Amino acid sequence: MNNRVIHWFKFASPQNFYFLAGRMWPWFAALAAVLTVVGLWISFFVAPTDAQQGEGYRIIFVHVPASQMSMFIYLVMAAWAGFGLAFNTRLSGMMASALAPTGALFAFLSLVTGSLWGKPMWGAWWVWDARLTSELILLFLYLGFLALQSSIDDPRRADKACAVLALVGVVNVPIIYFSVKWWNTLHQGASVSLTKSPTMATAMLWGMLIMVVAFWMYAIAIALVRVRNIILERERHTEWVKHALE
Amino acid sequence: MKKLELKKLGLGSVLLAALRRELSLAMRQKGEVLTPLVFFVVIASLFPLGVGPESALLLRMAPGVLWVSALLAAMLSLQRMFAMDYVDGSLEQMVLSATPLGLLVAAKALSHFLLSGLPLVLMAPVLGLQFGLEGRALGLLMLTLLLGTPTLSLIGSIGAALTLGVRGAGVLLSLLILPLYIPVLIFGAGAVEADAAGLGIGGHLSLLAALLVLSAFFAPLATTTALRISLE
Repeated sequence: MNNRVIHWFKFASPQNFYFLAGRMWPWFAALAAVLTVVGLWISFFVAPTDAQQGEGYRIIFVHVPASQMSMFIYLVMAAWAGFGLAFNTRLSGMMASALAPTGALFAFLSLVTGSLWGKPMWGAWWVWDARLTSELILLFLYLGFLALQSSIDDPRRADKACAVLALVGVVNVPIIYFSVKWWNTLHQGASVSLTKSPTMATAMLWGMLIMVVAFWMYAIAIALVRVRNIILERERHTEWVKHALE
Repeated sequence: MKKLELKKLGLGSVLLAALRRELSLAMRQKGEVLTPLVFFVVIASLFPLGVGPESALLLRMAPGVLWVSALLAAMLSLQRMFAMDYVDGSLEQMVLSATPLGLLVAAKALSHFLLSGLPLVLMAPVLGLQFGLEGRALGLLMLTLLLGTPTLSLIGSIGAALTLGVRGAGVLLSLLILPLYIPVLIFGAGAVEADAAGLGIGGHLSLLAALLVLSAFFAPLATTTALRISLE
């Protein structure tokens, strides 16, 4: 065996991953902190005032990354769930359950910021348009996942049942994404696109991109911290946990 | 020792036998079958009392109200699907048997549709009349329910299997399943509303049928996986 090859499956063991995550999360947390400060500074002081929406538009610097992350985390969670079912690895289920609360938080944040933005722009806190509604459904899916997780005592069974639920629910994520095309209602279409030139000012775009990356880093850091706690909780009967906590 | 001869059954006859078993079990507990139907009528009758008897408003709300009531009524009877077999151990035998579990699950979903979906389809016109729906809208409502309620049974079987033997299964089941029912609700009620507004309904009906085909393919797969997890 070549020694320079990294044995990735080594980290499928909760014990090894515990230490790896312990080394990784401070870096992600630090990046998240720095990028959030830079991103917020750009979004509040550098980005120009929008011609149509005034100062109120600045909430999109939190809203867009939050809703993006809420959808993406669901996909990642479902992918981990799928790995867990296919390879029968314990860590995959732990990762899925570590991601779920963060995803639910982002979905909630996206709904709150959306309605705060909607009040001055649309004149209503809540509008039953396709995107808002599907984001709400996404939050329900997260809550269902968390509820199922907490109502099954055996963690292995809980992981597997939740994996099935996550995979079933992932069918819903494309519906969220394409809802804009399906029901063409109040919500404005996507304004960031890879194929067309962006319709936003450059400073706005940078602020948005930095905030997106900052949210990514936060989500990774918090998921790693949470998975460390889950590992400790589930492996509490083992020798290495006793040593690790000394 | 005499060799045990097992008659080799075709898939169709297995499906039929499983279906007959489900239906005769249900007929021995008529109350459990009838309660969701009464629930459907009660829920639908509560709305006029809640929002007032103006006929224009009721007419506009009718498809949505009847669809939501049907959704809740279908969900109410979902727990029956596996619970009794789980308690008396016959579910374990089904999982162990040589018959594909997916087929047995499909039979259970089909019998759930026959016992809760189909009666709703037949009762919907009576309630629709109370809301002031006319001939064409009533027919369309029945058609969408006929296309939609099998999907509800199929998706519901996943939730019923996941929550088998779990604390607070009833409430949990609704939390898991209702969000997944939303597309059916949108296109089912939407078709009746679109027709009333003079728009084409082909798209709605096609999407309802697509959801049915999709769930008929995937739901037994997910349900069998969930059942095996629950019985581990």
